[in-house]
Amino acid sequence: MSPEYSDQTKKKVEEVISHYPKKEAALLPVLHLTQREFGKISKEEEALVADFLNIKPIQVREAVTFYSMIHQKEMGKYHIQVCRNLSCTLMGAGTLIDYLKDKLNIEPGETTPDHKFSLSTVECLGACEQAPCMMVNFDYYGHLDKKKIDQILDDLE
Amino acid sequence: MEEKVLTKNFGVKNSHRIDVYLERGGYQAVQKALQMDPDKILEEVKAANLRGRGGAGFPAGVKLGFVPKEVEKPKYLCANADEGEPGTFKDRYIMTHDPHLLIEGMIIISYCVGIHKAYVYIRGEYEHIAQQLEKALSEAYDKNYLGQNILNSGFDLDVFIHRGAGAYICGEETGLLESLEGKRGYPRLKPPFPAAIGLFQCPTVINNVETLSNIPQVILKGAQWFVNKGLPKDGGTRIFSVSGMVEKPGVYECPVGTSLKDIIYEYAGGLKEGKKLKAVIPGGLSAPILKPDEIDVPMDFDSLMEAGSMLGSASVMVIDQEKPILDVLRVISDFYSHESCGQCTPCRIGNSWINKIIHRLYREKGKKEDLDKIIRLASNMKGKTLCPLGDAAALPILSLTQKFREELETYTES
Repeated sequence: MSPEYSDQTKKKVEEVISHYPKKEAALLPVLHLTQREFGKISKEEEALVADFLNIKPIQVREAVTFYSMIHQKEMGKYHIQVCRNLSCTLMGAGTLIDYLKDKLNIEPGETTPDHKFSLSTVECLGACEQAPCMMVNFDYYGHLDKKKIDQILDDLE
Repeated sequence: MEEKVLTKNFGVKNSHRIDVYLERGGYQAVQKALQMDPDKILEEVKAANLRGRGGAGFPAGVKLGFVPKEVEKPKYLCANADEGEPGTFKDRYIMTHDPHLLIEGMIIISYCVGIHKAYVYIRGEYEHIAQQLEKALSEAYDKNYLGQNILNSGFDLDVFIHRGAGAYICGEETGLLESLEGKRGYPRLKPPFPAAIGLFQCPTVINNVETLSNIPQVILKGAQWFVNKGLPKDGGTRIFSVSGMVEKPGVYECPVGTSLKDIIYEYAGGLKEGKKLKAVIPGGLSAPILKPDEIDVPMDFDSLMEAGSMLGSASVMVIDQEKPILDVLRVISDFYSHESCGQCTPCRIGNSWINKIIHRLYREKGKKEDLDKIIRLASNMKGKTLCPLGDAAALPILSLTQKFREELETYTES
């Protein structure tokens, strides 16, 4: 079945479209809203977005495959994104990435079988003073070490 | 000396709220500006020698002056809050602690140029900050600093937030415009410059968050005051983002021209745990690396250029003796090969080849010619791409392979 927006999301989509002189300019905000509702932008969601913005599905696909925060497949409930850029690497991110791989038993880019965690390594998150740092969904965690990672993950239901 | 001008509200309780901002003198610059002739504002910004804080350092007043005056098309302002340059986090501090400072700067610039619609292009990861900014905007609307007929001046301005989605290239101004129009962030060929043909083919001003946040004080206290804070050709203070192996990583606001050595040893407390300095990247990941004997340098655009590096986004990353330089080289190469948008062949292919060679050095003893090959590939990206990403990748890679050749040769056959 093709997806449909909830009334609430639909309202937000329409509002955000009104911010721009051209409908298609709302593509990124609409993709964010769509992903928040459906967890991913696969072919079906692409068609939905294209329909709302009056553009071709391929135009949506072009953006989806360009922007790393837009996912074609659904992520786990908690998406762990560990920074691998310079300040974090200098402060030990490499060891922490290995630790998370072992702990979750997945590689970056993968999701645990129970769909609870996805792991990614990402470029600079703009929180270098807290290196090494990571994001879980949209929450930042800094000054990480193995113990702190254990705590953070234990607290996630 | 550390100077708290831009950062004076940092750490004040609820500094992000409009009532606190107003109590501390906020929006007085807008009140003053709306009584001024827009040309006078332009003159003041020009005279302040405020250079772009995003990285390129282009004089903000000159950029404003490029916008044609009499056009029928609408004009736009984009605040560049993409903050993707690795090592940079100052704009995050401004937007977290003082979002109204940015909004105030945006109002003044919009009034100066005759703009009625502005966007804040904020990186997607800053979701919570975007939400807070949204609240700040609605506070500003409630008090009529935004919206129709602002403070009875007859001037209208709407500001919208546009979230990016994880692409470094969208911090490049024309990549940002493409992204704002709903496309991939492929940089455009320049000229035409955005001031003439920008967003939706209309004249557009694009400024970094910190640049815009400097505008209110330029208007309130005057260009001369601003110039006196920094250097004659590079006015004001800068917010330095300091990270890596230092005792006190964080943001430090200091006059333009403060010595890099002082920033590391006085403000950031020197190296952690008494470690020894190996190298410093002074201006974000794109800036060529400096060795310990090169850090007694004033942090302004011209001095850093003379020193063979660049001030960029004023993001200082400190590397200690124990860190292998190959790790630094790999991180830089991983980043640029991942973030190359793929539009220009030298950047797309060059970065991926360099990256393959570097990763091979981890797996097996490299070939004798590997370092020269990296240098040749990097040199062939320099100046051969539409946007500065090619250079941004080539310059740090060249400086690392040249300055640390001896150490890197230990990974190759002799």
